Amino acid sequence: MTPGRELYGIMMAFDGADQAREAAQKLHQEGFRALDAFTPYPVEDMPEALGLKKSWLPKAIFCGGLLGGLSGYALQYWASAYAYPLVIGGRPLNSIPVFIPITFETTVLAAALTATFGMLIANRLPRLNHPVFNVPEFERASVDRFFVCVRADDPRFDYEHLRSLMNQLPHEGIHDVRI
Amino acid sequence: MQQEKEGAAYLAHPERHSLASVTDKIVSIVQDANRRGGWLLGFGLAFALLMLLFASIAWLLFAGIGIWGVNIPVAWGFAIINFVWWIGIGHAGTLISAILLLFRQSWRTSINRFAEAMTLFAVACAAIFPLLHLGRPYLFYWLVPYPNTMNLWPQFRSPLMFDFFAVSTYGIVSLLFWYVGLLPDLASLRDRARSLRMRRVYGVMSLGWRNSARHWQHYQTIYLIMAGLAAPLVVSVHTIVSFDFAVAIVPGWHSTIFPPYFVAGAIYSGFAMVLCLLIPVRSVYGLKDFITDRHIDVMARVMLATGIFLAYGYLFESFTAFYSGDTQEISMQLDRMTGPYAPIYWILLVCNILIPQLLWWKSLRSSSIAVWLLAMVINVGMWLERFIIVVTSLHRTQLPAQTGFYMPTFWDWSTFIGTIGLFLSLLYLFMRYLPIIAVSELREMVAHSKESPP
Repeated sequence: MTPGRELYGIMMAFDGADQAREAAQKLHQEGFRALDAFTPYPVEDMPEALGLKKSWLPKAIFCGGLLGGLSGYALQYWASAYAYPLVIGGRPLNSIPVFIPITFETTVLAAALTATFGMLIANRLPRLNHPVFNVPEFERASVDRFFVCVRADDPRFDYEHLRSLMNQLPHEGIHDVRI
Repeated sequence: MQQEKEGAAYLAHPERHSLASVTDKIVSIVQDANRRGGWLLGFGLAFALLMLLFASIAWLLFAGIGIWGVNIPVAWGFAIINFVWWIGIGHAGTLISAILLLFRQSWRTSINRFAEAMTLFAVACAAIFPLLHLGRPYLFYWLVPYPNTMNLWPQFRSPLMFDFFAVSTYGIVSLLFWYVGLLPDLASLRDRARSLRMRRVYGVMSLGWRNSARHWQHYQTIYLIMAGLAAPLVVSVHTIVSFDFAVAIVPGWHSTIFPPYFVAGAIYSGFAMVLCLLIPVRSVYGLKDFITDRHIDVMARVMLATGIFLAYGYLFESFTAFYSGDTQEISMQLDRMTGPYAPIYWILLVCNILIPQLLWWKSLRSSSIAVWLLAMVINVGMWLERFIIVVTSLHRTQLPAQTGFYMPTFWDWSTFIGTIGLFLSLLYLFMRYLPIIAVSELREMVAHSKESPP
């Protein structure tokens, strides 16, 4: 360990998605929970291998859309029936059918905004610096390398034990990740 | 996953490609300095047209919309024609990226990024027209419902108000969908950037994306949901655009077939525009392995199908007019077919209905030059269609004293051509600085093709 630079975790590199997934599965079975994988494309079953919970975003997007729709309708109702009532062609002040298009648009807009910003919040982005970027080989994560990382804050983290465990798995290199 | 395995069939020579080679290929389009000459020439031309747009807008703001050919009775001229045309072109982008994603059509992978960019730029061009057409464009914000000192609220029962909400929502959602899809690819560009400056620029733009499994999980969840949101949005936008017309009692506009007929027309012209742009781009950048002849073939089939929907729309528009027995509807239809604008009407039918039937022949669909020419014909035809819808219904009202003739002026044309400049300028900048094919999706496709050779 280099003094002065705290250990963030240990990272394994792989050539293929299958090895990465198997390694993640193995480490998860060993009881490691502070796990993450870095892959050039979304690897099928990887979230399951890492034991990730299902994304909470669908529920948030539903609520966002609902809120957007209700407020879109409320805006039209309030403006047309109370704030600025105009009777045109004898139509009712609360003209439900013609209020639908705008209600639909505000629903979609609010849901899409919730989705995008929810994704950023869920992923803790934007975050331009991150310890994993300190691994020189890491830039290949966006090309053709697959990485599995165990963070040092895992309760079962034991440097020597983990390294020997990782050495037993097929891999393309093991890197210490430092902050 | 089944769809990716099938998708591998849409790569020409999958054995030639690896995860690294596809990334290199697409990223090198952005980084390769050798191609700058041609790019500069194209961008220069587009930029000249963009300057024409700025000049036209400046003169319009100074002199007023009297510089256009619009007058009573034809108060809606080029502005609405071009608005409907541009917004229709945008629709294929969302259709390709959202609806085809939901239908698990993996052939979208090679073309979705480009088509989405086209959507965004087309919406930008479209949005200019209604604003300029307001007469007092600087007061456009009166459309925004905000508490103001005049205690005045917009008329929410008006389709023009629907338009404002629909187009702005469409623009914002398309932008978000596009940007979210770009994040992993911006990270690829960051990781492969040659200079520190570019690394920083792409680093900031990618928001620190690091390809983590958690990132991918949330990303995939929302990408699918946003596709689900965008799909009905496409339909709603052009439906609402058609309400602008259909809500009026003007003969030729007051028709219930308008919403589906407009949506079909939008998809038709949008696919024509995608083909028009992609065919040259794939040969210039050597992307024939990714955007294959099969892609062109499939898109041509979609165009053929939507063209037939549209033919049904034309047929029923005329049929309903005659069947209704409404003398004004009938006289409008007869005027459309035999009046002063009749040549345009017949040319549009030839462009949109007759010539595209050539696409039934497979040999023709497999020739990219032929498909390109046909797509150009359809683009022209669709523009003429909007011209006919807007102008023929207005120029001859039911009082003979109010009959007029609409002739576009120089400034009408310059504004229209100027927006083509805006569109192409944005497209050139996009091709120069961003990956034109979704690299992460392409990597996924290559990986699956290695697992199970087709």
